Amino acid sequence: MTAGTGQAAVRLRVDLIACDGRGLCAEALPELITLDDWGFPIFADRAVPPRLLADARETARACPKLALWLDRGQPARRADGPAAQ
Amino acid sequence: MAEVERAGLTGRGGAGYPTARKLAAVAAGHGPVVVANGTEGEPASAKDKALMTRSPHLVLDGAVLAAEMVGAREAVIVVHPAARAIIGEAVAERARVRFDRVRMKVRTAADRFVAGEASAVVHWIERGVPAPRASPPRVSERGLRGAPTLVQNVETLAHLALIARYGAAWFRSVGTPDEPGSMLVTVLGAVREPVCAEIAIGTPIGQALEAAGGRSAPLQALLLGGYFGDWVSAAVAMDRPFSSAGLADLGAGPGAGVIAALPAGACGLKETARVVRYLAGESAGQCGPCRFGLDAIAGQVERLAHGRGADPGLLQRWLGQVDGRGGCAHPTGVVRLIRSSLRIFDAELRQHAMGWCCGTASVLPVPPGRSR
Repeated sequence: MTAGTGQAAVRLRVDLIACDGRGLCAEALPELITLDDWGFPIFADRAVPPRLLADARETARACPKLALWLDRGQPARRADGPAAQ
Repeated sequence: MAEVERAGLTGRGGAGYPTARKLAAVAAGHGPVVVANGTEGEPASAKDKALMTRSPHLVLDGAVLAAEMVGAREAVIVVHPAARAIIGEAVAERARVRFDRVRMKVRTAADRFVAGEASAVVHWIERGVPAPRASPPRVSERGLRGAPTLVQNVETLAHLALIARYGAAWFRSVGTPDEPGSMLVTVLGAVREPVCAEIAIGTPIGQALEAAGGRSAPLQALLLGGYFGDWVSAAVAMDRPFSSAGLADLGAGPGAGVIAALPAGACGLKETARVVRYLAGESAGQCGPCRFGLDAIAGQVERLAHGRGADPGLLQRWLGQVDGRGGCAHPTGVVRLIRSSLRIFDAELRQHAMGWCCGTASVLPVPPGRSR
């Protein structure tokens, strides 16, 4: 990991093929995650602010399908799609 | 490789990615494989079948050439059932005389809409499952049996073979400076003789319709690109060049080369509703928003088309919720088609809301229903 400045923000990622729509993530992290009308996660903002970082990590670990994770500004995943408003 | 870059060839499967860049990405990996993609799951398109049936060796030349360029020893030809026999025979002819150093295998493609997506083609060859896989990794990094894989549309490969024979300057002698070369198009709908034809990129759309004997009725709209494409007004589009640049401000593009003509007597909303219902059924069912969302959306579009109490606000909400979400571009493509229909068939929307529908017709081909 590179130290110092210029580090990309930590971002939320979801693999929608793996996701089963259990909805735990939206309950655990309502600040960033809501559900669409069928129960699948929509990110209010993909970038995780520092104050929510610990909560976001915990939420990702709690996903029963291991479909949610955090990464640092890698190229956008198609399985993910752009964040909805 | 430099000649391909000079030629400016782009993928002809619909996405239009620069071929030289894809070749370079795969060549950089270890032990690559080539897949010639002749799946053509798009019901409105017939150009890949026509090409494979009429010029099988040109496609195979391109596949072998691509394999040699990226350093692959194996090429898998995935072919629509309609062209399976001819391609199989051509491959056998070459094997008999040991024509190529590249080993070629033929696989019959899955007859499904999403089966042509690059990761789905690889998934199909490997496991017989015609559904996309999560990306990354891209198939160019890790595809067939983990090898870097070049999945290239068969028409693109045919162009590649022609560039090898005649050179980049020859290839660029037609088309536009930014979008050089020719492309195969499928012209269907209200035309005298539906046809697959080769046109220079940038040919006026009206002229492309002439290749099909011209219109057979007054036209109201055209569907351009395919079922992930866009409706445009016929009057506006007729003099437009069939190219990305020529159609950009209409929100359209050449896509997979489909030009479908909708006659004035037909109902564009009903056409769209039929296609959307078909596409919803063609979801691989892997991602929730696509699996549940498209089905719900198809219901709303049907209500709009038949004047049965649609909820336009709900439809907009759902379009926003599935747009851009999923393992492949399927939901995004469907949203694009619907949004263009709402733009172009605005007058019909108002009529339908008042319980009055214009026409019926089934212009766009939709395979018989199936359950997944």
